[in-house]
Amino acid sequence: MPSSTIRNQAYGWLLLTPAAIFLIAFTHYPAIATLGQSFFSESTVIRPAEFVGLENYQIMLTDEVFWKVVRNNIWYAIGTIPASVALAMIMAIWVNGKLAGRGLVRMAYFTPTILPMIAVANIWLFFYTPDIGLIDQFLSMFGFSGRNWLGNPETVLSCIIVMTIWKEAGFFMIFYLAALQSISPELEEAARIEGAGRWYYFRRVTFPLIMPTTLFVLINAVINSFKLVDHLFILTKGGPDNASSLLLYYIYEVAFSFFDEAYAATLTVVLLVTLAIIAIGQFLLMDKRVHYR
Amino acid sequence: MSAIQLESIEKRWGKTIAVDNINLTAEEGRFLVLLGPSGCGKSTTLRIIAGLESPSKGRVWINGGDVTDRPSSDRHLSMVFQSYALFPHLNTEENILFGLKVRKVPAPERQQRLKKVADLVGLADYLDRKPSQLSGGQRQRVALARAVIAENPICLMDEPLSNLDAKLRHDMRVEIRSLQRQLGMTVVYVTHDQTEAMSMADKVILMRDGKIEQQDTPGNLYDSPASTFTARFIGTPPMNLLSMTSDARGVSIEGTDALVHSARPNSQLGIRPEHISLDSRSGIPATLVASDYLGADTIVTAVIGTQELMIRIPGRYELKGQEAVFLRWQPQFARLFDKESGLLIDDGPVLSAATG
Ligand SMILES: Nc1ncnc2c1ncn2[C@@H]1O[C@H](COP(=O)(O)OP(=O)(O)OP(=O)(O)O)[C@@H](O)[C@H]1O
Ligand SMILES: [Mg+2]
Repeated sequence: MPSSTIRNQAYGWLLLTPAAIFLIAFTHYPAIATLGQSFFSESTVIRPAEFVGLENYQIMLTDEVFWKVVRNNIWYAIGTIPASVALAMIMAIWVNGKLAGRGLVRMAYFTPTILPMIAVANIWLFFYTPDIGLIDQFLSMFGFSGRNWLGNPETVLSCIIVMTIWKEAGFFMIFYLAALQSISPELEEAARIEGAGRWYYFRRVTFPLIMPTTLFVLINAVINSFKLVDHLFILTKGGPDNASSLLLYYIYEVAFSFFDEAYAATLTVVLLVTLAIIAIGQFLLMDKRVHYR
Repeated sequence: MSAIQLESIEKRWGKTIAVDNINLTAEEGRFLVLLGPSGCGKSTTLRIIAGLESPSKGRVWINGGDVTDRPSSDRHLSMVFQSYALFPHLNTEENILFGLKVRKVPAPERQQRLKKVADLVGLADYLDRKPSQLSGGQRQRVALARAVIAENPICLMDEPLSNLDAKLRHDMRVEIRSLQRQLGMTVVYVTHDQTEAMSMADKVILMRDGKIEQQDTPGNLYDSPASTFTARFIGTPPMNLLSMTSDARGVSIEGTDALVHSARPNSQLGIRPEHISLDSRSGIPATLVASDYLGADTIVTAVIGTQELMIRIPGRYELKGQEAVFLRWQPQFARLFDKESGLLIDDGPVLSAATG
């Protein structure tokens, strides 16, 4: 290898080093450490951690709360992902059109996304408050009596789902909006001259052209649906009776309320593996149907 | 019956008037070119015909029917866009068949028409390629094929060749023209390139600032420009314009003593570069200052007094430094324009370069 190439290589690696150090220190090392930790028992003052193999995983499989949380999370994903993605797409198309004051509408749709999570949760806490909350006040005008929306195991998860859709849709809309703006308006005119209606144009042209964005958004939506913690702190603390607890929140509880780091590590590994499988699956499944220019 | 007729069409956006009271007709089976400098309202006019834009005033007639308030799809026309507007995710075949599928033409007929059109534009080998895998000229052909397969009697084209290189542009010019003749289509073609207009049009509509400056056959436009604008816009290099003055001795070319016979005072003399010839003994004295060799001919820049003009000399003309010569032209090629309005003075007697 000529020396100049070696120098170039060294230079390249040097440039990458700072970023690499941070990535390794805060992402790769913890991930591997977590995997390792999941094979050990929890260390206490009197008993150091010892290798237990897959025991933690066995415990997990018999943990009823774990299964409940998994079920919750699946429902939560089913409830939030299609709705927020579809809503984002519809809003983006709406805002992308020739609409008077569309700048304002765009901003309004995007606002939920830029609000701090805690603020968002507090706003919705007010909506859901029994009797004096916005929803109950509104319903009382029609003669419905107040409900404890967040205190009822039957409604609490739906409440979280609605709030998430509200927040995510605006965020995803921005991606769709960017994708839509990159489509030349001449395409629509060409289709119009050929006699294509709006729906036909959407189905045959817009939708396939924004498919890469849909894939990106879907992966994000799936990851987000397993990442929710902050709202739960404010709104429900996972209750009542774990009815609104999701995987990551449960991991947090196990690690920092029950101080069982080994078991938390086990749950984390399961979460990471699940996410990886879903992401790879989406890529493989959709890659064929996605149009890349 | 005329295929397309625009009646007092006006289009304004707020304060800007893009198209200002335009009247024009396109005869059936003819090739009409909308020509003019950038921003003069060509595209707007075309889009009004297509129904992509609705006029602020006036009526649009197609095949004798008033279509002003009808959507594009009811107008039975095709359009080729400047950037082709091909669907990037569809291959050539799907792009060409897009409109037929919208109109639910049965599959066997679709295939039959596809084959015919693909052969016509030479795309038969490229049917399964995406637009990104085609060259500029091939994309252009796909756009053409998509317009042609609809078998609409009218085809609108907005600067369809502006993205191609000079050679390809020439080839496509010939192809589009022969396709139009073959299929008997009425074409309205927008361009700002006067060569394109001159070589393709049956009739040229020359536009300026939203108005029609002049409409005529390419030949008449070239030979009898109605204004200095037309004179300067048509032809490369354009028609020479020389300002005239008059004094006690008579009318002369500004900045010289060279008298010209019976020219009107306060006018401009227009003469095409190829109608001027050099003479070594008599004519209007001038200095040759530069030459531009083009192959078949040479464009020589001459100065009369303070005014520059171009002369087309056949073959190669080698200029060494500056050369003093005399210029002559035949009186029937000279035109006179009013200096203020720029309009042709057609009642003025034809003038000739004074001979000593
Ligand atoms: N949507 C619009 N809103 C406001 N003004 C417009 C719009 N479309 C065109 N114009 C204006 O109308 C005038 C004519 O535009 P048009 O596109 O018809 O010009 P053109 O002759 O096609 O020019 P070019 O050769 O550059 O394409 C221009 O001054 C342009 O700025
Ligand atoms: Mg234009």
